[in-house]
Amino acid sequence: MTKEELKARITELYPAAGFDDTGEWLNINIEAKDWLVLAQQLQQDDSLHFDYLFCLTCIDWKTHLTMVYHLESTQHRHTIVIKSKLDRANPEIETVSHIWRTAEFHEREVYEMFGVNFLNHPDLRLLILPDGWEGKNPLRKDFEDPVNMIRL
Amino acid sequence: MYRQTDIIEDNRTTPEGEFVINVGPQHPATHGVLHLVITLSGETIKKVEPHLGYIHRSIEKMCESLSYRQFIYVTSRMDYLSAHINNHACALCVEKGLQVEIPPRAQVIRILMDELTRIASHELWWGAMAMDLGAFTPFFHAFRERETINDIMEETCGARLTMNYMVPGGVMQDIHPNFQKRVKDFIQLYKKKIHEYDELVTGNVIFQNRMKNVGILTADDVISYGCTGPTARGSGVSCDIRKIQPYEIYGKLEFDEVLETGCDSFARYLIRIREMHQSIRIIEQLIDNIPEGDFQAKTKAVLRLPKGEFYTRVETARGELGVYIVSEGGTTPYRIKFRSPGFSNLSVLDHIARGSKIGDLVAMMGTLDLVIPDIDR
Repeated sequence: MTKEELKARITELYPAAGFDDTGEWLNINIEAKDWLVLAQQLQQDDSLHFDYLFCLTCIDWKTHLTMVYHLESTQHRHTIVIKSKLDRANPEIETVSHIWRTAEFHEREVYEMFGVNFLNHPDLRLLILPDGWEGKNPLRKDFEDPVNMIRL
Repeated sequence: MYRQTDIIEDNRTTPEGEFVINVGPQHPATHGVLHLVITLSGETIKKVEPHLGYIHRSIEKMCESLSYRQFIYVTSRMDYLSAHINNHACALCVEKGLQVEIPPRAQVIRILMDELTRIASHELWWGAMAMDLGAFTPFFHAFRERETINDIMEETCGARLTMNYMVPGGVMQDIHPNFQKRVKDFIQLYKKKIHEYDELVTGNVIFQNRMKNVGILTADDVISYGCTGPTARGSGVSCDIRKIQPYEIYGKLEFDEVLETGCDSFARYLIRIREMHQSIRIIEQLIDNIPEGDFQAKTKAVLRLPKGEFYTRVETARGELGVYIVSEGGTTPYRIKFRSPGFSNLSVLDHIARGSKIGDLVAMMGTLDLVIPDIDR
């Protein structure tokens, strides 16, 4: 599907979607509370069929966090980017690890690095960081490492 | 659920009579510092829980304070067996933001280096994988060819492992005058010796028994778990970025995407062997056709990417590497994310290992081709 066709189909499914097609792929801004329902539709809809989540990450914008999901369809070979703003003080979003299994590890990484709480995640705990790092989120912009290898 | 420190202190039996053991962080078959906590019932695996981070350097955070020329050097240390391809991905992403044209000579050199890297990586994997299963000889055969590639790299790039050769705009310096001759010598050597691989390992009955029907991974699971590279193609999923989203001149080259439908460890093994032949094919097409001209486009001393987001996908020896740069218009990336192939490939280990015997775990880990610095970043 082209960007315009994707836009039309996604508007049918989710009228509140905000589009931004300045980038390489179609960017879709959504509300965090609607993510779970939309995610299921994106994966199950025959004309969209987004079955491959190839990147899941988060960006700290200092005023808020943004979750970024890159989705591709292995059948139709079209790609979209889903973005959702989260409150920085209390970031929460539904997990999609049961829809795309790869999300389980990626969400654990975002959880420890940014402190995003994934609701209903089966196993939300530290993956890469050692014990004792709960609550400290190294990839947030206000995190200062006492031992900074770059500035040494 | 165990905390990392608890589990290191003592092994224990769960109330259901299951036994919990550690494999790693220092274990010969993990090729680095991978720590798996395995729950066993007898010899049957009930659960595999990876504990990562023993070699986590927070490369993404480091890159936020490095310039667009500097950050590429750090990425050689992610997947150190695909250093060229990591650098290539980062250079491509910066070039996408700068919108610079790469001279044809640099494009061809880059592809040649990528494919040599792919062969070297698969050679190392083949030797190490056979060693994990108890055969020591193949390791030396693999290193014979791999060293030849490393020598070629050393001559042109000055390094054998972390090359840092690709820069935004092209490559750091021109190829060494001996380069073409030595690559052709290598192709001769490869063609003369490659049959030994099949004779030593592929056709071996013991080896086949340990690989066939071990670690079954269905095509649906491949896509759902985000597995890529030879791991995915062993289950018949077409996912070669060089084919589906060709970058540089891959679109003009003749090579096949290798697919197997066995879905088991043996299929994944065959994919890597056959991929080496395809890489040789690509190198043969290019080695006598390196265009004359510049090896680097003219770029400013200080690079500034326009405000926006840039994403590139490339095919490393292990699968799809994604580089996601968020720029605020400055000289350093605001946020950078590396979608590493190993991280997703590892996540499927628990799924494929459940229900099989602990002895088969090594074969499964081997054919997933895990490189730990790539997973931890």
